[in-house]
Amino acid sequence: MTNLKPLTIAVTGLNAIDSPGPGVAVARGLKEAKSFDANIIGLSYESLEPGIYLHDLFAKSYQIPYPTTGTETLLERIKYIHSVENIDVIIPNFDAELYSFMKLEKELNKLGIKLFLPEINQFEERQKINLPKFGKDYNIKVPHSKALYDAGEIYSLHDEFSYPLLVKGKYYDAYVAHTPQQATTFFHKISSKWGLPIIIQQFVKGNEYNVTGLGDGKGNMIAAVPMRKQYITDKGKAWGGITITDENIIELTRHFLKSTSWRGPFELELMKDPEGDYYLLEINPRMPAWIYLAVGVGQNIPEAIVNLALDQAVEPFESYQTSKMFIRYSWDMVLDIAEFQQISTFGEL
Amino acid sequence: MSKKKYERPSIKRIENEMPNKFGLRSEYKPMTHIDGVAVKDIIKEHGSPVFVISEKTIRQVYKDAMRAFAIRYPKVQFAWSYKTNYLSAICNVFHQEGSWAEVVSGFEYDKALNNGIPGNKIIFNGPDKTRDDLKKAIDNKSLIHIDHLDEYYTILELADETGLRPQVAIRVNMDTGVYPMWDRFGFNYENGQAWDALNKIMISKKMDLVGLHCHIGTYMMTAEPYGIAAAKLADLAVGLQQKYNHHVKYIDLGGGFAGKNTLKGAYLPGSDTNPSFDDYAEKITSALINSNISPDHLPWLFLETGRALIDEAGFLLGTVIANKRSSIGKRNTILDIGVNILFTSFWYQHKITPAQEFTHHTENTMLYGPLCMNIDVIRENVELPLLNPGDHVVVHHVGAYNMTQWMQFITLRPKVVMIDLEGKIHVIRKGESMNSISDYEGMPKHLTDFKL
Amino acid sequence: MRIKSNIAISDSGFLLNPATGESFSLNPMGVAILKMVKDGKSLEEMTQEISQDFDVSLSILERDIEDFKGTLTQYGILENSKND
Repeated sequence: MTNLKPLTIAVTGLNAIDSPGPGVAVARGLKEAKSFDANIIGLSYESLEPGIYLHDLFAKSYQIPYPTTGTETLLERIKYIHSVENIDVIIPNFDAELYSFMKLEKELNKLGIKLFLPEINQFEERQKINLPKFGKDYNIKVPHSKALYDAGEIYSLHDEFSYPLLVKGKYYDAYVAHTPQQATTFFHKISSKWGLPIIIQQFVKGNEYNVTGLGDGKGNMIAAVPMRKQYITDKGKAWGGITITDENIIELTRHFLKSTSWRGPFELELMKDPEGDYYLLEINPRMPAWIYLAVGVGQNIPEAIVNLALDQAVEPFESYQTSKMFIRYSWDMVLDIAEFQQISTFGEL
Repeated sequence: MSKKKYERPSIKRIENEMPNKFGLRSEYKPMTHIDGVAVKDIIKEHGSPVFVISEKTIRQVYKDAMRAFAIRYPKVQFAWSYKTNYLSAICNVFHQEGSWAEVVSGFEYDKALNNGIPGNKIIFNGPDKTRDDLKKAIDNKSLIHIDHLDEYYTILELADETGLRPQVAIRVNMDTGVYPMWDRFGFNYENGQAWDALNKIMISKKMDLVGLHCHIGTYMMTAEPYGIAAAKLADLAVGLQQKYNHHVKYIDLGGGFAGKNTLKGAYLPGSDTNPSFDDYAEKITSALINSNISPDHLPWLFLETGRALIDEAGFLLGTVIANKRSSIGKRNTILDIGVNILFTSFWYQHKITPAQEFTHHTENTMLYGPLCMNIDVIRENVELPLLNPGDHVVVHHVGAYNMTQWMQFITLRPKVVMIDLEGKIHVIRKGESMNSISDYEGMPKHLTDFKL
Repeated sequence: MRIKSNIAISDSGFLLNPATGESFSLNPMGVAILKMVKDGKSLEEMTQEISQDFDVSLSILERDIEDFKGTLTQYGILENSKND
């Protein structure tokens, strides 16, 4: 038995599936925390999110309403869960839900629940559609990009772009197009799903690197672990990766945090071109699914988030083990329908 | 012993992503009363469907909007956008709160006059002002917002004819970074048209250039473009200050603020994501205050907000006509509310709630209107409790545009009632009768008789 | 009409069709009616029994039960028996 302070922490993103949410990895990090004893509550949207059934990690799971139903409904549900569980900290892990939690932060604080999230303006300025301005404002190289509202504009792109280029949705989806015809096809494909605008981004040849980390909201870097993907699934997700030593990436991350005063966890997607220049492709305002790699190499980011949320002093991590790999695997649980019945009928398990 | 409340049997397949009873509660939280008046009593007395306007909500929302601007800028004036809802009772609530009138046609202009608005407190916008309209507006010293040069020349002629000095502003269109850019109204800022028009007006010396106007779009879901628009209008005002030592009396930022409705295809609900009055006010007023306009001649800030001021105060009450199942087993519910009176259902996912208590059991339902037309769909895929024929529903946030754009189609348009601050109900527009339609028809004599 | 064998309904309204692996959720009235169907009660017996306890007219009840049975058939929970 430990003498550590018990804390109840609610975590979302329990969908450890082929395009996984980070919730299960975050929970593993919290379980290994050395500064508190975590009682972890799962918050799920769907009744088949694997984390719900991982009882060693999640003491209990509750279903919460989809972000589409609005903050009022979400708040009501969290109040109920809080009345049973007395939550100290919530760690949301989905892009699509972050806005709702940022919006509710004050209300949740009043209930005694703490969060450690980016501020709304930080969240907004990093949106894909705003990335060119972001790059300019903070002097970070980003691939040239442009928002299109009309597929007809694709044929006049040759002045600004060269093929191949990326055709991206406002929130999700990206395809490489080698011809205007392909770009047009992708334009229609993506816009029918995610609406307009469509973002055209110059394709940068090179190697992709990712870095996950944590900013304290005052411009300081608390954590940063760079990784190169070694195995990528057909959905573009890392199924294996290795930590690397690259001062340039750490410097770029430090610059990003210093200039934006980013608060909370993040993942930067970077491309290093043949000249050795780094381009920032995307900023994810949350931990990545591979966050346990950071925990495993010495930077327990989930633990640090909890402590920052609770206004505890957190010392920046100085180092991490380099050349450590992660390899993901899937695992079939066998369970009784009674568990599924419980979560799908009563919304808790 | 009284019998238990009945709910019809239901069964739902459990899908992985089933939004269960914890998922969508507020969506169907029943709304049994509006401002303390029972929905079922309103329908009993005034029929179904019926539009209900909450006077209390209008005044609250107006005060909130006024507060947001007035704490940030010393001279603020709202003008009620008649096209959004020109039922006179509604206009007069705004006029009592201090709003002037903003009209876009001769018809609306006369309506404002009939409501007792002094001519010099009517803003006359729009591309279609007839010579007669303009003459009347000049006589009444109304604020004419010029849309195009042809209109300018007509006003110039009328100034000569009448010997009066027309009170004019120009409408400016501009790139504020929003798509689509509304460049069909007014004079363009970027290509210099706007400045040309201002020069013409100043050099003619026959009219008083009192203001600058823009209206950058509709349902603007970010506030930033208003900051850009205000800065550009301020820039024109500074130009006039420098070149002519002329100070405009007002800068009119128009309307276009989003309400709380959720647009179709939006992921998050509009009530969460759309900017508040404070957000818009912050952008607009800081752009004006930070401009080079001389602080001694700070112009009034005019706002023509329509939708965001009235949407929330409007409810549409209706009744379930029937339940059916589609060929694939999906629940279809037919309401007595059609798209002809709920025009906005074409672009909003209107919030629709039952008007009576229900259990947490729901069904995924398609809501159809009563029109004999395939497009008559009020909501696709809405989770609703198990409604029965005769049950009532409340459609929320319908105060804007529905009562001006509605169509009389195969039936008659319903009553509009207003609940006053004491909870008393007033009919502010009678339900139409056969005569309201047929009185306007004519019958050629040779068509009066027939035999079958 | 009869209910397919092996189908289990819990009091909380959870129904599992072990033959297909599909599961469903019913409201209390749905559970009550399904149990009556299981007990082999006729439409008339069902409407009589329910209208004694609940505030509902026979004609509405009859329509609702028919509609409900249609859904059950669509979901493969009820099957047409030969003597129907």
